[in-house]
Amino acid sequence: MEPIFSKQQRTGPVLFSKYNRGDAIKKALETGRENVLFEIKSSKLKGRGGAGFPTSTKWMLTAAAKADQKFLVCNADEGEPGTFKDRVLLTEYPELVFDGMVVGGYTIGAKEGIVYLRGEYEYMKKYLEDYLHLMRKDNLLGNSILGVSDFNYDIKIRMGAGAYVCGEETALIESLEGNRGEARNRPPYPVNTGYNGRPTSVNNVETLAAAAHIVVKGGDWYAKVGTDKSSGSKLFSISGDCNKPGVYELPWGTKVSDLLKLVVAKETKAVQVGGASGICLPASQFERTLAYEDIGTGGSIMIFSKNRDMLKILKNFMEFFVEESCGQCTPCRIGNVKLLEGVEMIEKGTFTFEYINKLKELGATMQVASKCGLGQSSPNSFISILDNFKDEILNKIEA
Amino acid sequence: MDKNKKSRAPVSQQSLKVEKPTDPTSIGGMITVELNEKKVSVPLGTTILEACRQNQIHIPTLCHHEDLCIAGVCRVCAVEVEGMKTLQASCAFPITASIKVKTSTSQVRKARRHIIDLMLSEHYGECYSCLRNGNCELQSLAQEYGVDEYTFGHCDKPKYEIDKSSYSVVRDMSKCVLCKRCVRTCIDLQEVGVLESIDRGDKTHIGTFMEKPLADVICINCGQCINRCPTAALKANDPSDEIWAAIDDPKKHVVIQTAPSPRAAIAECFGIGAGTSLTQELNTALKRIGFDAVFDTNFTADLTILEEGTELIIRLYKALVGGDKSVALPQFTSCSPGWVKYIEHYYPEYLDNMSSAKSPQQMFGAILKTFYAQQVNVDPKDIVSVALMPCSAKKFECNRPEMDSSGYKDVDYGLTTREMAKMIKEAGIYLPEMPKSHFDSPFGDASGAGLIFGATGGVMEAAIRSVVEFVTGNKAEDIFANANVTPVRGFEGVKYVELPLGDKVGPVPELIKHLVPNWDWLKGATLKVAVAHGTANAKKIMDDIKAGGIFSQCHFIEFMACPGGCIGGGGQPIPTSLEIRKARAKAIYAEDESLELRKSHENPYVTMIYEKFLTDGPCGHISHKLLHTHYTPRGKFIS
Ligand SMILES: Cc1cc2nc3c(=O)[nH]c(=O)nc-3n(C[C@H](O)[C@H](O)[C@H](O)COP(=O)(O)O)c2cc1C
Ligand code: SF4
Ligand code: SF4
Ligand code: SF4
Ligand code: SF4
Ligand code: FES
Repeated sequence: MEPIFSKQQRTGPVLFSKYNRGDAIKKALETGRENVLFEIKSSKLKGRGGAGFPTSTKWMLTAAAKADQKFLVCNADEGEPGTFKDRVLLTEYPELVFDGMVVGGYTIGAKEGIVYLRGEYEYMKKYLEDYLHLMRKDNLLGNSILGVSDFNYDIKIRMGAGAYVCGEETALIESLEGNRGEARNRPPYPVNTGYNGRPTSVNNVETLAAAAHIVVKGGDWYAKVGTDKSSGSKLFSISGDCNKPGVYELPWGTKVSDLLKLVVAKETKAVQVGGASGICLPASQFERTLAYEDIGTGGSIMIFSKNRDMLKILKNFMEFFVEESCGQCTPCRIGNVKLLEGVEMIEKGTFTFEYINKLKELGATMQVASKCGLGQSSPNSFISILDNFKDEILNKIEA
Repeated sequence: MDKNKKSRAPVSQQSLKVEKPTDPTSIGGMITVELNEKKVSVPLGTTILEACRQNQIHIPTLCHHEDLCIAGVCRVCAVEVEGMKTLQASCAFPITASIKVKTSTSQVRKARRHIIDLMLSEHYGECYSCLRNGNCELQSLAQEYGVDEYTFGHCDKPKYEIDKSSYSVVRDMSKCVLCKRCVRTCIDLQEVGVLESIDRGDKTHIGTFMEKPLADVICINCGQCINRCPTAALKANDPSDEIWAAIDDPKKHVVIQTAPSPRAAIAECFGIGAGTSLTQELNTALKRIGFDAVFDTNFTADLTILEEGTELIIRLYKALVGGDKSVALPQFTSCSPGWVKYIEHYYPEYLDNMSSAKSPQQMFGAILKTFYAQQVNVDPKDIVSVALMPCSAKKFECNRPEMDSSGYKDVDYGLTTREMAKMIKEAGIYLPEMPKSHFDSPFGDASGAGLIFGATGGVMEAAIRSVVEFVTGNKAEDIFANANVTPVRGFEGVKYVELPLGDKVGPVPELIKHLVPNWDWLKGATLKVAVAHGTANAKKIMDDIKAGGIFSQCHFIEFMACPGGCIGGGGQPIPTSLEIRKARAKAIYAEDESLELRKSHENPYVTMIYEKFLTDGPCGHISHKLLHTHYTPRGKFIS
């Protein structure tokens, strides 16, 4: 089966290392659920969707929940501005993602895996479905997988409806159930009450791909890469002002400055880590490391060189949130509008410092009082850009 | 709220339902939590908000309403839970572990103030020109948090056009704070589903199917959303200016009928706790305001019992004795106009089961512009007929094109309890201090049976009091202590009752002798009846009937569109809660017990009108023309 893009020769320490379709499934079925959980636990794998929740814990909780049905959902909504690594995994390494889904489903006791595919990725749906068809032929999906009589499991693909918030796991589930994409109240968490009220593990594409490798090669092998608190590697979607943008697999703990060298970025003024909901680093912080203990991220890196206008960048982010807030809770729905208005005031020079400081306090409230991660993270760029690029922004106004 | 009901609201608009243990002494049944450093023990699954309220800790709320599922969207009830990175919405947080909660840290206070400031920044409205001034939860929150300026600005222009298309509900979305209470009322409490959030982000607003005007969608006009809206974004379509104009016009003879439920609730608009009836004080106040005559809707409630009861007897006789398979049974009550519109939209195939009897309001309207006009010698075109109702759907009902059997618009205006209170205040009257007076002739004071129409089960009870006396010849008091038919009372959503009529039957009363020769065919029969209040409960019965369940075996079913019946109507004072509705019902039952006359057929004015005017008796030609109606099948998405 040919990928839709000719497979580049990617290399990387973990994800882009050698892997044969079905290996993880075989290994998991041979060694059993407990062993899968043991290896994932010792790998210290954390969710790659951004929140960084330990994957073994999520699978254990879902496995432990009592219910007549359970589900594994692969979060392929990839909506964070500046990420495109899940697309690469799905089109070039579907064996990793789908094997990860089978292994995860087996471990938690699901009979069904669902891929929630970003609406804009519709073009790859047929390709992925053909791939699933191949897996069924090889008995890697379907009934009695690889002869294990009580393991029946299949994967279906559902298209996302095009809202950023639907990448948030509870809004995603709401959307899967046919409702408006709005985040749910927590607790309960999806591991107990998820899709159709059943225990559901929602995992990012990359998390599942990593899990496939871990099952085959062992948790210790994985944990050798990266740092103590951030084991393994991470895919970074690197875009912006550099000569070699693209998807890179790097060990956790990589310094921002090393990353900039790798992609041949020159005269860099700012690096936005984590997409629109992430934080913006000035040159003085380029020695910081990409790791959960320093700057954790879902992998979006945007590079801005010296002639970029930081206020414009911020405005762009805030416009994104004003539009993409699901609109149900007050701090996020109205708060983002106020932050955007603040940016516009700065643009026009009609602001007061007092008011901008009030908006920063408002941002702090949004971070703690919003109903879901969208509103909780949307003030990040507002706060970090105004803090880190104060001089530039103010100079511009005076000029 | 019925915790076991499968809600049709999206899960995002609900909170976790942790089964509260039935036996709190069981292991793990009680959980010790720290609320502001005070240790308290609460049953598993209690929300932080509930736990705090039980312990005299006040937490502000806005999107929370005790009748509704919990959305957790306004976030004003935020509290700190130790160990959690973010604040938690206390209304949506069920306690399942031994947590430590702080309800008034500086972070919490700042967040709440920010949230209130944000809502005010998007809220278009000036309190002094607003209907809800003084009874608005947004206003109270702003006051509670000492808001003395618009921190984040204020809109100076309305964002949306006001939707006045509906006879019943006016929507002014510029005043909406998106608490979604109306959405949850409509889809979850009432299971109608007219309203939903539309669009996203800053464009989010509450809208209807395809953004059509409310009059063009499946709104049943119940007004329950109005009762639960914290602001003036939803209100009833108020005709009081037209009524004042009529009162001020010397050529007009302005009459008003008052229904029992407003009388049991209007005191709340004057700062008196729920549960005080001001019936006779209201009579005096209305005369002082300038109404030419004040009548009791209960008169036509009594008439409804005779018409609807006779209709039922005819149906049963045709079906049981005549073997006529085309007779539609069970017969459904038709006095709740919200229910009428609901069945027209959702179960139009069952419209034959509806009693053709008009509601008491419309019967009165038809009689006022015919019989009464003759009696007082006034040209019916000069009569302005007003109905004080607990209900917003009554406004739609009186505007139905078929409601003109007097040759004029039978009822000109439906006025809600809230609007009446406003008119009384405007007239400079403090209602609770009015002297008492009686209703005007020629309809006088009515029976207690008509009175209890206001509470769920009341129509059924009134009907049973008369039917058992008609059929068995015994006094209702001999069968039910004090003639209180308690099995059909109470606030359970759906009630099913079987009443064996016994082997002894009496003579057929004079009034309906021409319709049935004797009662022998009812010997040993068991009357099966049911009662539902709130359309969500009505839906349960209708779906059961469709599936051929026990309710399909009933003879007579009472349906009320509003939770609690009319006492919980969409025109009643705000706020509403189960406790308030219970207090209002109690007031009505107490008033009923205090009356001599407690059965519709004993009302002498009813006897009088059949003698003088409706001379061919219940369900005869005259009453068919004036007191009966027909229904219109409607669409599932648009009206
Ligand atoms: C607004 C918002 C958008 C999100 N979008 C995505 C997304 O596109 N893909 C993703 O995997 N996780 C996304 N997440 C994170 C998910 O909620 C969830 O944490 C993740 O899917 C869990 O998988 P993981 O544990 O493998 O990371 C988003 C979160 C928020 C708050
Ligand atoms: S934080 Fe934003 S996206 Fe999340 S629930 Fe609230 S309004 Fe919706
Ligand atoms: S809705 Fe409330 S806050 Fe708004 S104008 Fe009316 S009274 Fe004031
Ligand atoms: S009046 Fe009743 S049916 Fe109409 S929108 Fe309000 S709650 Fe829904
Ligand atoms: S109309 Fe009223 S009840 Fe509905 S969301 Fe707006 S403020 Fe809340
Ligand atoms: S009252 Fe709790 S979130 Fe609104």
